[in-house]
Amino acid sequence: MNPRTLYDKIWDEHLVATRTDGTSLLYIDRHLVHEVTSPQAFEGLREAKRALRRPQAILSVADHNVPTLDREKGIADETCRLQVEALERNVQAYGVPYLPLLDERQGIVHVVGPEQGFTLPGTTIVCGDSHTSTHGAFGALAFGIGTSEVEHVMATQTLPQRKSQNLRVRFEGALPPGLGAKDLALTLIGRIGTAGGTGSVIEFTGAAVRALSMEGRMTLCNMSIEAGARSGLIAPDETTFAYLKGRPLAPQEAVWEQALAHWHTLASDEGARFDAEVSIDVTGLAPQVTWGTSPQWVTDIGGRVPDPEAAASAEDRQAIQRALDYMGLKPGTRIADIPLEAVFIGSCTNGRIEDLREAAAVARGRKVASGIRALVVPGSGLVKRQAEAEGLDRIFLEAGFEWRQPGCSMCLGMNDDRLAEGVRCASTSNRNFEGRQGRGSRTHLVSPAMAAAAAVTGHFTDVRQLMEA
Amino acid sequence: MDPFTVHTGIAAPLLRANIDTDLIIPKQFLKTLVRSGLGRNLFHEIRYDNAGAERPDFVLNQAPYRQASILLAGPNFGCGSSREHAPWALKDFGIRAILAPGFADIFFNNCFANGLLPVVLPMEAIEALSEAADPLTVDLPAQQVRGGGLCYGFDIEAARKAVLLEGLDEIKRTEANLQDIAAYEARRQKEAPWLEIHRS
Ligand code: SF4
Repeated sequence: MNPRTLYDKIWDEHLVATRTDGTSLLYIDRHLVHEVTSPQAFEGLREAKRALRRPQAILSVADHNVPTLDREKGIADETCRLQVEALERNVQAYGVPYLPLLDERQGIVHVVGPEQGFTLPGTTIVCGDSHTSTHGAFGALAFGIGTSEVEHVMATQTLPQRKSQNLRVRFEGALPPGLGAKDLALTLIGRIGTAGGTGSVIEFTGAAVRALSMEGRMTLCNMSIEAGARSGLIAPDETTFAYLKGRPLAPQEAVWEQALAHWHTLASDEGARFDAEVSIDVTGLAPQVTWGTSPQWVTDIGGRVPDPEAAASAEDRQAIQRALDYMGLKPGTRIADIPLEAVFIGSCTNGRIEDLREAAAVARGRKVASGIRALVVPGSGLVKRQAEAEGLDRIFLEAGFEWRQPGCSMCLGMNDDRLAEGVRCASTSNRNFEGRQGRGSRTHLVSPAMAAAAAVTGHFTDVRQLMEA
Repeated sequence: MDPFTVHTGIAAPLLRANIDTDLIIPKQFLKTLVRSGLGRNLFHEIRYDNAGAERPDFVLNQAPYRQASILLAGPNFGCGSSREHAPWALKDFGIRAILAPGFADIFFNNCFANGLLPVVLPMEAIEALSEAADPLTVDLPAQQVRGGGLCYGFDIEAARKAVLLEGLDEIKRTEANLQDIAAYEARRQKEAPWLEIHRS
C-alpha cells in the first residue's frame, strides 16, 4: 500500500460507501451537541418522523447560553433559558446522554469531550460548532458542521464528504519560555492567513508540537479553523495515551490494550504525500498579540500597529484602515503601549487547567491594574474544581480577577458576559471579529500568560519580563 | 428544499474580504429555535445603528439593493463560526446566490443544504460585475453568470450541482445506503470494540 498520511488513514477507516456521484459517505463515531445549533436539527427529525440512529454516540451539554454567576438560581435571560430548555426536552425525547447545567462535568463542549474520554484517537468527531477541530489534538478527525448536517448525522450516523487536501505544518525547534501553543497558532495564522488552510486538513508536526501537553495541542488544533482548515490533527503519542487513561468514557482494561495497539499505528507513514507544507522555526518567537479584526492581523509584543499606507494593495489598505478605525488604533502605535479596559481568560481555546495555571503564575502576588475588569471563566466544572483544589481561584480573587462558573461566556457573549461598545479587551479566545465580544467591542487575542500580564500592568506587556528569574 | 436552476436578480456589491458569519448574523439572533425570520437581522451590526435605525451607507439599505437576490463579495466569504443561521439569514432576506473569489468550507457546505448557490469567480470578474451594476443572471445548468454585457463561466462539482438543480434531500439520499451503514457498524463493532461507549 502507498504511504498514507494520518488523515488518509482515518478517512479510509471510516469510508462506508463511495457513491456514484463521486462523494464519499463517512461514518461518524462521535457527535457533540450543544444548545445553539441543535434545536432545528431535532425539529427536522421530528418533522420527517425520523429516528435518531445512535443516541449513545452523542454527548450533549449546554455551554453558549449559560450564566457564569449564580446559575443555581436558573437562567434569567428568557431567550437563553428557552434554548437550554429546548435542548433538555430534545435530549430527553430522543434518549441522548446529557450533562445538566448543575452537573460538575458541565462545561464547554470542546473541553468536556476530551475530559470525559469521549474524544479518542482515530475517531471521527463532529459538532455543530467550528471549533470541533480542537479534538484533532488526539489524532481524531474532528470538524465543525452546520445544523442540517447535525440532523444528517443524527439520522444516519454518516455524512457525505469530499476529501480535503493534506497540509503539513511543522513547528521546529523549542518554544522559548513564556510562550505557548496560542503563540504557535497565531504565528501560523499570521503567516498563512485566515484562508490559508481552506480545503485542507492540517497535520501539526515537529519538535515544538511533540513537546506540547494535551492542553497545548488542543489550543493549537482549536485554532485550525481560524486558519481556514476545518480540522487540525496531531498524531497520538504517549502524552495522548497518558491523558486518556482512566477517563470515564475511555476504553478500560483489555479493550484499552487493544485500542492502544491500534492507536500506535496512527501516524503519517514515512514518505506520505502532502499537498502542501509549511515550516516554522519557533526558536526566536516572541509572544503574539492581534491588532485587527481578523486573527491573521497579528504581530508580536515588540511590534507596532501597521500603517495602511504600507499595504501591498488598495484592497489591503482599505481593509486595514477599516480594522484600525474599528479598533480605535493609530498606525505606528507600539503594541506594548496599547492600554486595556478588560481581560478575558477562558473559552475552548484557553479555558483548561494548564491555561489557568499559566495565568495564575503571572497573577500571583500582583494586582489587576486600576480601570481593568478581568474575568476568569474555567472551561468546565472539572477544570474549576481542579483549579480550586490548587488554590488558583484564591490567587485570581486576591489579585482582583472575577472567578466564574464554566461556559463560553465572553468568548462570544451570548449570555450576560459582554463587553460594552468601544471597550478594549485582551482575550484568550479565538476570534477578534467585529462585535464578537459585544457590539463595538475591541478584541486582542493573546495567550493566557499574556492576558494575565496585561491585566496586572494595564497594557500589553511581554510576560517574560514578569516571570521569576 | 427549493431547487436552484436559473436566477435573475439585482446583485448587491459587498466586496470586503473575510466577511465572517458573526458579521452575517450576530450572536444575539442565534437564540432562535427555528430556521426562519432571520432576514431582517442579516448583517445587523453594519446595517443598523445603535438605535436600530438603518445606516444609509450600507448597501442593502440603498435602492435598488434592498431587493437584491444576489450578493457580490470578497475573498473568504463566510469564515468563522459554523452557524447555519448565516445561510438561513441570507436566504430569508431573499439572497439566492453569492458570488465571491472564495468561501470558507463550512459556510460553503451549509449553502447547499439551503438551496443557496455559492459561485467562485476571480476577484476581477466580481469587480467587473459590480461595476456593470445591472441585474445578473446566474444560470446553474449552463454554469454561467451573465449581465451588463459580461459572461463568466464557473465550475461546480457535479454532485453539488445535482443537489441544487433537483432540490434533493441529502438525508433521503443517504438512506439509500442504510444497508452499507449497518454492515459497516457490524464490522467495526468486531474490529474496533473500544469505540463502544459504556456509560455507567
Ligand atoms: S468558547 Fe467560544 S469558540 Fe469555543 S465553543 Fe464557546 S463560543 Fe465557540
